[in-house]
Parts: sequence; structure tokens; C-alpha cells
Amino acid sequence: MTVKSYEEINEKIRAGKAVVLTAGEVAEMGRTASPEEIVKKVDVVTTATFGAMCSSGAIINFGHADPPIRMEKIRINGVPAYEGLAAVDTYVGATACNPDKPEYGGAHVIQELLEGKTLELEAWGKGTDCYPRKFIKTTISKETVNEAYLFNPRNAYQNYNVAVNSTKRLIHTYMGTLLPNLRNATYSTSGELSPLLNDPDMRTIGIGTRIFLCGAQGFVVWPGTQYNTAKPVNSLGVPVSNARTLAVIGNLKEMSPEFLRAAYIDKYGTTLFVGIGIPIPVLDEDMARRLSIRDDQIETSVLDYGSPGTPKLGQVTYAMLRSGFITVDGKKVRTAPVASLAKAREIAALLKNWLLAGQFELTRPVEMFPVHATLQSLKETEKEGKP
Amino acid sequence: MIIKRFILNFPPDSGDKPLSYHLVKDYDIRINILKAEVFPGKRGSLLLELQGTASNIEKGIAYLTSQNVEVEPLEKRIRFQEEKCIDCGNCVAVCFAGALTLSAPDWKLQFDKSQCVVCELCVPACPLHLFDINFQ
Repeated sequence: MTVKSYEEINEKIRAGKAVVLTAGEVAEMGRTASPEEIVKKVDVVTTATFGAMCSSGAIINFGHADPPIRMEKIRINGVPAYEGLAAVDTYVGATACNPDKPEYGGAHVIQELLEGKTLELEAWGKGTDCYPRKFIKTTISKETVNEAYLFNPRNAYQNYNVAVNSTKRLIHTYMGTLLPNLRNATYSTSGELSPLLNDPDMRTIGIGTRIFLCGAQGFVVWPGTQYNTAKPVNSLGVPVSNARTLAVIGNLKEMSPEFLRAAYIDKYGTTLFVGIGIPIPVLDEDMARRLSIRDDQIETSVLDYGSPGTPKLGQVTYAMLRSGFITVDGKKVRTAPVASLAKAREIAALLKNWLLAGQFELTRPVEMFPVHATLQSLKETEKEGKP
Repeated sequence: MIIKRFILNFPPDSGDKPLSYHLVKDYDIRINILKAEVFPGKRGSLLLELQGTASNIEKGIAYLTSQNVEVEPLEKRIRFQEEKCIDCGNCVAVCFAGALTLSAPDWKLQFDKSQCVVCELCVPACPLHLFDINFQ
């Protein structure tokens, strides 16, 4: 039985001798090769996703002005940024916006900063002995700010629901525009290419894992918010609905707008398309079996976004979704993704090239994620909670 | 025989002329009205699919133009900033006409403008605002 260590694989990467495949390639290989053969032949598998991830944002330090100000209300290009940190630190969330201009949000601020554009900064403070200034209006750019790094509390969902709408009216959701009477179905993960579907029990991904984040090297820093290990799994042990997530971090200044894109989802709000790639080591047969999983072996739940409580209407495979049609309630429903498989494939291929060129090494997690984690919902303890 | 879609814009005073009758009768063109918006006394717009010989369609369009109707091939009224597209699929989800598609092997967006019915659902559905369709 072949077992490989991170050190062995990194040795091979440094020597330019590592065998690296994308998750798509290893899924094909798995049709004919056994896990035992795969672990012998392949060292690393690259996985990737490129989708809208609302729980994303950037931490920025503006630097101090003279005289200095303790920023207690901050607007960047009119978009509100968080004011509850130290004097000139802020966090710009992807979904933040000026309510009068909902189509331009924090995601756009982040993209424009990355593109090197000049943005307008306005900040207000009450004025203190050490920070006497009460107002500043100036411009900032990637060059003028000290730090600008992405810190995304929840990215790379392990599986996600398919959205349909059984009602008679068209609805606008974060899963796109859903036509009435089950006339379309949308889905958002990259299936067999998706990072957390290739390591469903998180054997190799944990705190400290080095990843591809929007074109730069980034890191997994924590389990993502709403991390859930208790979701039902299919016969291969892969969750059939949204389960685990990642919190990630990376230097915005080193990223590429090719893999980070601001978006406005109609009548919903702004969000950020984030490109994530994760290299997964083929440590043993179990990992080889996990990594060779195909779209026809990964299932997800079809939820009715038009009805209260989003009831489940069925379960389908990614192969069905990719075929262009699924059957829901006996009806043939046209499918479309709302996340880019083309970009995900590009990321998996790029990361593969970085590994082959010895420019990227694997990291053994500093600490693994919790084995048991469940979610709580928000209870209303005040009976008179209405405004 | 060719099949081609055109957008017609009518001036305020053209509402009383049986223009489509003449296209059928005089130029042997099969017409299919895919979309119509008429604001009496102001303007009217039509998306027409014309089927006929190339020369008859040319003559039919010349006739419409002589009647002060603005005629333009559909594809000239659709702008799509392809170079900025991320192939996410949000537009495909709403395109019931099948003009916008994503499929194997490359999963890049394909836009067959000749299939467009100018429903304009893709315009707000695109998260990057890459579509612009001018019907009126």
C-alpha cells in the first residue's frame, strides 16, 4: 500500500518531478485506474471554484494624515466601510453599498483598488486630543494604502443547492433570476472540480493550507462561518447539500482582476466573484478514491426558492445539471450555472502549472478543522420584536 | 431562402399603413412577429423574423425604408462586451429563447444573436452589466 507524506511530495515539486493533475483529469483517470494505481502515479490534484461569494471583504489600512484623524465613519467611493477598528484601519465588505446606489458596492471598491484605480475616501471623527481632525476627504489607491488584504469569512462552500421557483411570479435571488413555474434551475458549484467536494472529510485542508486566491497565493485561516459537518451524505460520503466552508486570506495587492470580479445580482445586491484553487495531495488510496470522484457521483438538493422555508423538491447529480436539463416534479427543467466552470478550469490548470514549475508547495495544516460542527438558527427571544 | 431577424422602428404617423401585408403580398416574405411595442401617436417597435429569398428580403426592406420605417438587423441592436465576460451563466438561466448557452467542452458563453427574441431578461440578469439591447 502506497502512502506519501507532504515532505515527499514537496521534495518532488522542488525537483520538478511531481505528477500533478487537475481534478477533472483525475476524475477521467478514475474511470479506468484504481485508487491504488492513482496514488502510485499521481502526487497532487488541483481543484478550483469561481463563484459569487458574498461573505468576502478587504482589510485596508489608509495610513495617517497630518493632523491625524480617528475615522469613526468611513466612505470609499460612497460605500460605507467599517469604522469600529483602530484609527485608520477598516474592513470593506463585498455587499456594503450606499442604499441610493445599490448597484455599486464594496465588491466594486475592492476590484477597483486591485485594478490600480484612484478612489475617493471620506472620513469623519469626533476629534480627540491625540486625533484632533474631524474630517478628511482625499483619494487612495493600491499604491497609497499600507495594507490591503482579502479576508473572506465564508468561501468555497462544500456543495450548494439547486434553485428553482414553483410559483407563478419571477423571483430575483442570489442564485440568479428564477423564472416562474419551474422554467429554470440554477446551481453554483464546480462539481468534480470543487475543492471541498474532493476532500469531503477535510483530511488535507485546514488552518494554514496554502491556496490560490484570486491569482495570488493565499491561505486558509479558519473554518468558514456556518461550517457544518452534520449534513446528510451520499453513498460515497459526499454531502448532498451545503456543508463545510473556508475562511481565507490573501494579499489583495498581488491578486489579478482576472480572478476577482465585482458583481451586482439584480434586485439582490452586490457580491464578489472569488477564484479559489486548492492543491490536494494524493497521500493514500483513500485520498485517491476521494479525488477521482466524478460529476455523476456527486449529488445536490433541489430547493424551491419561491416557497417559504425553501422546501426540497428533489436530488440530482452534477452530471444531470451539466447535461442542461433535470427533472423536477415530473417536469423537464432547463439548468444553468451561476458560477463559472470555465474560470474554475482555468484556475485548476494555472495552479497545476505553478506546482509543475516548483512555484507553489503544499502545506500540512497547522491544525485540522473540527470533526463535529452544527448550525444554530437565530431564535427570537423578544415577543414584541417588531419595529 | 434565408431567415433573418430585424428590428423595425415606426415613426408616429405610420400606424395606419398595412406594412406587413405588403411584405407578404408584394415580396413573398413569410413574417413572424416576435415582439411588438406600440405607443399610439408616439412610436412603435417590432421584432420581425423574415423568411424569403435574399433579393426579396432586400426589396422588402427597401420598401419599409421608403415608408420611413427604420430597419436594422437585430444583431446590430445588441451589444455584448464579450471580453469582460466571466462565463458565469446568469444570463443563460433566463434565456428561454436559447440564444445564450454554456456547454461542454469549454463552458464558455456562446451567444447566437439570431436566436434572440429581445426579451431583454439578460440585461439585468448579467451581474457584470455586459448586455445592452436597443429595441426602441
